[in-house]
Amino acid sequence: MELHINQALKWIELTNEKIQENKEYLTSLDQAIGDGDHGINMARGFQAVIEKTSSSEYEAVSDLLKDVAMTLMSKVGGASGPLYGTAFLKMSMATKGKDPVTQGDLAAAVAQALEGMKQRGKANQGEKTLIDVWTPVQGLLQDQENVQPDDLRETAKEAMESTKDIMATKGRSAYLKERSIGHLDAGSVSSYFVFDSLASAVEGE
Amino acid sequence: MKKIINDPNQVVQDMLKGLVAAFPESMKQVPDTTVIVRKESPVQNKVGLVSGGGSGHEPAHAGYVGAGMLDAAVCGETFTSPTPDQVFEAIKAVDGGVGVFLVIKNYTGDVMNFEMAAELAEAEGIQVEQVVVNDDVAVEDSSFTTGRRGIAGTVFVHKIAGAKAEKGGSLQEVKTVAEKVVANVRSMGMALSPCTVPAAGKPSFELADNEMEIGMGIHGEPGTERKAIASADEIAEELTAKILEDIDYSGSEVAVMVNGLGSTPEMELFIVNAKVHEILSKKGIQVYKTFVGEYMTSLEMAGCSISLLKLDEELKELLDSESKAPAFRI
Repeated sequence: MELHINQALKWIELTNEKIQENKEYLTSLDQAIGDGDHGINMARGFQAVIEKTSSSEYEAVSDLLKDVAMTLMSKVGGASGPLYGTAFLKMSMATKGKDPVTQGDLAAAVAQALEGMKQRGKANQGEKTLIDVWTPVQGLLQDQENVQPDDLRETAKEAMESTKDIMATKGRSAYLKERSIGHLDAGSVSSYFVFDSLASAVEGE
Repeated sequence: MKKIINDPNQVVQDMLKGLVAAFPESMKQVPDTTVIVRKESPVQNKVGLVSGGGSGHEPAHAGYVGAGMLDAAVCGETFTSPTPDQVFEAIKAVDGGVGVFLVIKNYTGDVMNFEMAAELAEAEGIQVEQVVVNDDVAVEDSSFTTGRRGIAGTVFVHKIAGAKAEKGGSLQEVKTVAEKVVANVRSMGMALSPCTVPAAGKPSFELADNEMEIGMGIHGEPGTERKAIASADEIAEELTAKILEDIDYSGSEVAVMVNGLGSTPEMELFIVNAKVHEILSKKGIQVYKTFVGEYMTSLEMAGCSISLLKLDEELKELLDSESKAPAFRI
């Protein structure tokens, strides 16, 4: 798996489409165990991202990712803004000077993003947060040679679905304890959209 | 959804315009931001006090901007914490050269965004300290969770830390007294009906006519227990008992706040307050001052929260000192 700038642009475009299409779905997931603003906030953030990226010229993946990061940080708010902002900023820093971005580079970038989000959110794997999706994706990119888009999609999807059975101990849903079991974590679902879109962009769909 | 708005995506900007128009003598908006600051900001050689959070909690937080209370309120989207760049703008706007103090409610997003802003400010050489308010006893404290939420008790932190800063307290002194308030304030709330976030367009949860939700937060997130509606006295007893279980207030003097969540008539808040006073009196707890009204709301949610703050001489003096904030005049 490799990522060229055109694929990276497509990635962000597809992520925005997924988020906009699923705005109400994300909000309803968040209403069940959070405060119901995840879809609204992500949709506002990615709308702003698209406005920014579609009016700019990019030669390097890292420059694109930096703009995505800064826009998300200044438009999303809540917990998702700092977390996704940190993730894209770390990925930008890790891919600086890499063209194209190889799978190894991408694995390193996702590892940096994951580390950044863990620090920012003081969360670890198994706490029903988006970390539960980013961790296995990072493992896949690092451990498996020549990852195919379907592998990426499946890994992210299974990880997202696994959050349903976890009792939340971090984030807003942690206040509900066992009442959080049986619900998907909204942040994990939006993270699945990010990686599903990355898979599609690499496939060239 | 039936609301008096223009565009669900513009409610915060539209609200701020009207807010500043209502109190031009005490506040102004920092251009191109959602930051409301004291008219005379920055006040030189005074610690700047910044609070904020999602909008929809009016009069929190901008209603507490004024001499003797906050220097700045950062207004996020409805129920969404403000972004780091906005908090950073607030810090810069109120920095009087002796540091800026942040009052943060313990919600994951608020903590993260304010921390990022503090990092940005420190990188520019502005000294920043903070306190995280976690007064809600509905949520058990545990090292495994993000801890208790910050709710209406935060208003006492604004008032007392604000008074300390106004009297010339140093950044460290403001922090110390703010931590004292956090250590001594506890709250708990209940809801009779949900609220509707404008951009979501539908209620955040559903409650049957005969149900109430105990221990929900101020964003319409679900509470800790749902049960059949009880009388005002029983509600007051349940909420107060949970607070008194947590801190032993016996033999002390307290400030009481009975806070409405947006659509509870004062009549009902006073009924609750009567019972709270009766309970405290029976337990030998003396009420020094009482605040009944809307201090930290959740849009049009029906329900109330009760907060108790244990006082000492220092806290009493700071609670009594002058405040010109529109929503808390003393």
